[in-house]
Amino acid sequence: MSNLSLPQAAAGNGGFEPRIVAFFCNWCTYTASDLAGISRMTYAPNTRVIRVMCSGRIEPQLILAALRKGADGVLIGGCHPGDCHYQVGNYKCLRRFKLLKRYFEQMGIEPERVRLEWIAASEGDKVQKVTNEMVEQVRKLGPLNLAEAPKPHHQAAACAVAAEGAVS
Amino acid sequence: MFMENKASDGEQPRVGVYVCYCGMNIASKVDVEALRQFAEKLPNVVVSRTYKFMCSDPGQELIAQDIKEQKLNRIVVASCSPLLHDATFRKACAKAGLNPFYFTMANIREQVSWVTANSAAATKKAKALVAAAVARVAMHEALEKKRVPVHADVMVVGAGISGIHAALLLANAGKKVYLVEREPSIGGHMGQLDKTFPTLDCSACILTPKMSEVKNHPNITLWTLSDVQEVSGFSGNFKVKVKRNPRFVKLELCVACGQCVEACVFKEGRVPDEYNIGLSKHKPIYMPFPQATPASVLIDPNACLKLSRGKCASKCVEACDRAAIDFEQKVEYSEVEVGAIILATGYQLFDATKMPEYGYGKYPNVYTMIELERLVNAAGPTQGEIVMRDGRKPKRVGIIHCVGSRDKRHHPYCSGVCCMVSLKMAHLMRERIDAEVFNFYIDMRTTLKGYEEFYDRVLHDGVNFVRGRVAEVTDWAMTPGEEGKLVIRVEDTLIGVVRRIPVDMVVLATAMEAHDDADDVRRKFNISCSKEGWFLERHPKLAPVSTFSDGIFLAGVCQGPKDIPESVAQAGAAAAEALSLVDKGFVEIEPNSAWIDADTCSGCKTCIPLCPYHAISRDEQKKVAVVNEALCKGCGTCVGACPSGSAQQKLFTDQQLHQEIEGVLNYV
Amino acid sequence: MSKPKAGFYWCASCGGCEESVVDLAEDLIAVVTAIDFVFFPCAMDFKREDVEAMKDGEIAVCFINGAVRSSEQFEMVELLRKKSQLIIAYGSCAHMGGIPGLANLYDLESILKRVYTETESTDNPSGTRPLPQTTVPGGKLTLPTLDESVKSLDQVIPVDYYIPGCPPPTPLLKAAVEAVLSGKLPPKGTVLAPDIALCKECPRIDSKPEDLAIKAFKRPHEIDIDPEKCLLAQGLLCLGPGTRSGCGAACIKGNMPCTGCLGPVSRVHDHGGATMAALASLLEATEEDQIVSAIESVPDPVGTFYRYGVPGSLLFRKHTTSGNGGH
Repeated sequence: MSNLSLPQAAAGNGGFEPRIVAFFCNWCTYTASDLAGISRMTYAPNTRVIRVMCSGRIEPQLILAALRKGADGVLIGGCHPGDCHYQVGNYKCLRRFKLLKRYFEQMGIEPERVRLEWIAASEGDKVQKVTNEMVEQVRKLGPLNLAEAPKPHHQAAACAVAAEGAVS
Repeated sequence: MFMENKASDGEQPRVGVYVCYCGMNIASKVDVEALRQFAEKLPNVVVSRTYKFMCSDPGQELIAQDIKEQKLNRIVVASCSPLLHDATFRKACAKAGLNPFYFTMANIREQVSWVTANSAAATKKAKALVAAAVARVAMHEALEKKRVPVHADVMVVGAGISGIHAALLLANAGKKVYLVEREPSIGGHMGQLDKTFPTLDCSACILTPKMSEVKNHPNITLWTLSDVQEVSGFSGNFKVKVKRNPRFVKLELCVACGQCVEACVFKEGRVPDEYNIGLSKHKPIYMPFPQATPASVLIDPNACLKLSRGKCASKCVEACDRAAIDFEQKVEYSEVEVGAIILATGYQLFDATKMPEYGYGKYPNVYTMIELERLVNAAGPTQGEIVMRDGRKPKRVGIIHCVGSRDKRHHPYCSGVCCMVSLKMAHLMRERIDAEVFNFYIDMRTTLKGYEEFYDRVLHDGVNFVRGRVAEVTDWAMTPGEEGKLVIRVEDTLIGVVRRIPVDMVVLATAMEAHDDADDVRRKFNISCSKEGWFLERHPKLAPVSTFSDGIFLAGVCQGPKDIPESVAQAGAAAAEALSLVDKGFVEIEPNSAWIDADTCSGCKTCIPLCPYHAISRDEQKKVAVVNEALCKGCGTCVGACPSGSAQQKLFTDQQLHQEIEGVLNYV
Repeated sequence: MSKPKAGFYWCASCGGCEESVVDLAEDLIAVVTAIDFVFFPCAMDFKREDVEAMKDGEIAVCFINGAVRSSEQFEMVELLRKKSQLIIAYGSCAHMGGIPGLANLYDLESILKRVYTETESTDNPSGTRPLPQTTVPGGKLTLPTLDESVKSLDQVIPVDYYIPGCPPPTPLLKAAVEAVLSGKLPPKGTVLAPDIALCKECPRIDSKPEDLAIKAFKRPHEIDIDPEKCLLAQGLLCLGPGTRSGCGAACIKGNMPCTGCLGPVSRVHDHGGATMAALASLLEATEEDQIVSAIESVPDPVGTFYRYGVPGSLLFRKHTTSGNGGH
């Protein structure tokens, strides 16, 4: 397996290292990601993988929260259509993703910042390729730097937005 | 129901973080001591340690001791993938009296040290993952695994040597086994072989006893001519629907006397015989091969006049004094419940016509290896006499290795067995007909017990070995000596010249490949395939016969090329895995099911149609949605769709995921 | 004993919130009997100077409606915060940014350009723009300046409670006033409306099928709306499943879909995100191109799912990069 060329740190954006949150489904993409590791496929270190059981668990709020909390991009990985461990969860994810992309279009979020890929458990090389591509694309776009939303002075007490969380 | 951010259960989290060196696997890239120091300063972290191998007994003991002495109530281990060692560390927590679900892992090996070139970047990434794990684990709750009783029966799909061996082991252990085979007889590819390497035992002699044992075993229900149609349920509790095609002969009555075949209105065979790879023909009513099991004839409905056109003198019916022939048989469906399934669906052989340069299908005297197996077999189409399609007996034979294997145009992988098969065949050609034999190979791969010795023996048999990939097989003669011969053009890379070697017979050692319908099959069983189409094992080393679907195991070549001893060994492993599942009597279900808070659910019904398992229903009295935990498989799709945050998934709650997001982004 | 003092102030607002007070009808008498309005620009002639003259915390409760954008609004809400014991964000605009919050889809310059130059009815050849300060023969005139973005009230000052809605349903106002007077208030930060989505009180919920699969979304003018049947089941984009109840399903009773003015329930982080997730999940399409075309049937995702809450959403406003100036 050939190692794709590693993204160069200084490419165009003054040493900017994109921060990418990746949501990978347990059965296909997370496993593929492990496989990439077992196969020692080196790739860009910018992604932070969060494991979920199924891409059907992924919904716009998680993606929005990641961008709000400082991610420059979000990558979602699920099983190929027809291969979902839970039959159809990936379709649910795809529908939400397509609608969210239209929302992003209106909100001025560059489409390259969010990406949905179907990566099967055997496709360790695809994890490598997609990660490297995505990091490069986001690097070219530069930091997201969302306009800072003034922090609400009061949140509903019952609303556990997990914002003032354990990590200070 | 929503907890404070401070802790999921009211008490202040006291987190222990354990960073694994994994020998040098992690430590060579990640600065584990820096990571430990970083973790120490994270909120709620009481103790942070490093250890050479966290998964070892002393490593686990370290956690247990801290749980007791430091009163830890949350544990984070930063090591390998949770898919590998989640269970190990959960057990360690439980042993020390902590609920095992107050634990989480940060995957800093497979997803950090092994994939990151730069050490500083790897350490930074590892810090982010540890920060996320620490943030997340504070939100964890005590959970319990639910136990569900399992069915003790097992299904084995595919009755080649792997399926047969697995079925027999299970049946001998007292388990009831459904053995499903789509061909009319069990035996698979091994049943077609003449001799087996390296010992040269007769294949039928060692296989047939096992086939009869299957037939006679009280614990085995054998369904031939059958296909699995549908699989539902889960580990321990599968429901399988099997389609059973008609044989048009009553199995329980037929004694395979052959009178009917004799009596058939067709005096000659009409249908290319699959068992003999089309080298002979059988009648519409036929015995698949002499040792076929079940020992019964069957009727090919497409060739039989009665069944295809409705008109025939039906001499076969007259001839059968046991009235076994039944033209009225229809497709039947059987539904059974089993606790485990073993897939042993085998392989198919590479279609040699895809490499026209070797002339298969064009020159009659080009054979595939399996054809030659039948030719040399005493029960084969020529009763073991090696006569070519043109009636001649070969004096010079060229055996080409790696046909379709180790070839980027076809299969990049090595089929593993072809070198030995080719050596065996070279030996048989020398022994049986004293032919001059040329083996054309890329590398000779004779790695297992007794194989190199066999290679040595064949070298002494006087077989010629030419190292080089054959360019072409042609009948275009350039010299009088080549007239009427097949000429093999090859670069002999050991002497560095291009050679033309005239032979009478060419034999192609074709690759093993996944069945054309492997993709359909694996979808039915909800498992994955590797890119080559082989069924994917759960872990290449530590779970080589398990799949990503619990309760479904793999045996034999369906998982990847292997020879008979390896297939049998793997079948044994699969049987042991299945046995350890069904014999335990119960399965424990990962507590990641969804639940819906009845106090806040608006009853909007959004989740109900989204559940692929129909686990969500509406409580008509309370007018809210309710998850049936027994049916929920924990995908979280309903949770992702709930517009009012009332649906949550254990181990993947909104809070836990948001903490994780915050954690990975807040590490700097 | 003197009656508790109350204020009712408007920022970027349409006046509908004030109307909702009038909608109290005869209950209004009880309200004004129990409390003294000391500041209510829409209804009574008190000036800013009057508020400035008050002691800090003198006002027991101040209801503020409208979104916040101008420097005057900033000053006023800060002043009122100082003078009031309780601040209640009143109505969708104060709560989440409301309709004026949709201005966060544009940058300030393009809004001013559109309004003072481009609109079809504008005749302004010299390109005159309002200035913060203008010197005229009589002296200096000043105008408030505009912030780059529209904000919800809690993005400017600490807010104690929220009464949602566009305008807030009168029962919610009445209940809030009673709670304030009796001192029986929930934890600070609470939205004073049921923390459960609208489907709970929707009269049509029983007609919603349990196997809903939406082919494409329709707009109300495109179909003959069945007055009994669940509007989502008819293909209309009804935000009821993701929107807080408390309005008595007023719009649905008027045969129109819920547009989400009461905002999300407390467990949701992003109103539009949650409703998008729910409604997109229910699409029938499975093939990618079918999904895309079904989603094309939503004419304006922001205007649909974030109509009342762009400033209060996780993205807050349209993202602009320094490179293209935002447009």
